[in-house]
Amino acid sequence: MSSDSDQHLPHILGDRLLTAVWLALLVLTVVTILVARIHLGFNNILVAMTIATTKALLVIFFFMHMKYENRLLQGLLCLAFVVLAIFIGMTFFDVAYRDVALS
Amino acid sequence: MSETHKDYAGAKLGMWLFLFTEITLFGGLFLLYSVYLHRYQPAFHQAAATLDTFLGGANTVILITSSLCMALAISALQRGQQARCKLMLILTVLMGLGFLVNKGFEWSAKFDHGIYPGSEHLRGLPQGQDTFYSLYFTMTGLHGIHVLIGVVLLSVVLLLVARQRVRQDDFIILENSGLYWHLVDLVWIYLFPLFYLIT
Repeated sequence: MSSDSDQHLPHILGDRLLTAVWLALLVLTVVTILVARIHLGFNNILVAMTIATTKALLVIFFFMHMKYENRLLQGLLCLAFVVLAIFIGMTFFDVAYRDVALS
Repeated sequence: MSETHKDYAGAKLGMWLFLFTEITLFGGLFLLYSVYLHRYQPAFHQAAATLDTFLGGANTVILITSSLCMALAISALQRGQQARCKLMLILTVLMGLGFLVNKGFEWSAKFDHGIYPGSEHLRGLPQGQDTFYSLYFTMTGLHGIHVLIGVVLLSVVLLLVARQRVRQDDFIILENSGLYWHLVDLVWIYLFPLFYLIT
């Protein structure tokens, strides 16, 4: 090992933790399928998206190791999602008030 | 002179920057989807009911499990367990292929019913349903291409691991390929409820 290289010991995720995350993802998949059978109107989409986002966060934080990354990567990830939220949010400020004109 | 400089943090940052462009790519399509869902809600619900929730659910389980194997492969190599790493990579690749086979069955069943982009049958459907199927084929198709690329990529990485080019003290290629594979999983986590469960 050369002394000037930033040789740091990798943070190794334990098999047990990864398996627990996998189980949680499976449970959430079953929950989202079951909830879709109950008619809640528009809330069905809200519930489905909330569950999907919970699953996505589990994948990002553990499988993709983001929980243990430095602030730079975490900040950039937040930025990417904020940009996406602005795209979708701003579009809906327009779209949501157009229905009358369309029909 | 011949010493190669490895920048672990830089390589990872570069991969994440690429993944952000992928998030934006799919994000644009999700935006399109949500606008049309807002406009044609009843038609979307009817069209979504024709998709096979069982096949979609099975594919969800397959991808989630393949993601687990991918993460286990990285942990194994970091601990120096090369054989286990290879086994986990093989399982990941096989599940990726399984996903594509399922998708193939699903698409061909739709084709048999005359539902494919630009088909006569699709044009005769009520307004909004054709939009749903166009989005379905575009988004699951683009996702399928990503799965295919991931399968090829992980097969190459498997070779590199077997040849000790990727090993316990130099595993960034494995880790970055893993990030790509998890992103594919991530996109599907949203595609599944949006196309199969909004009935």
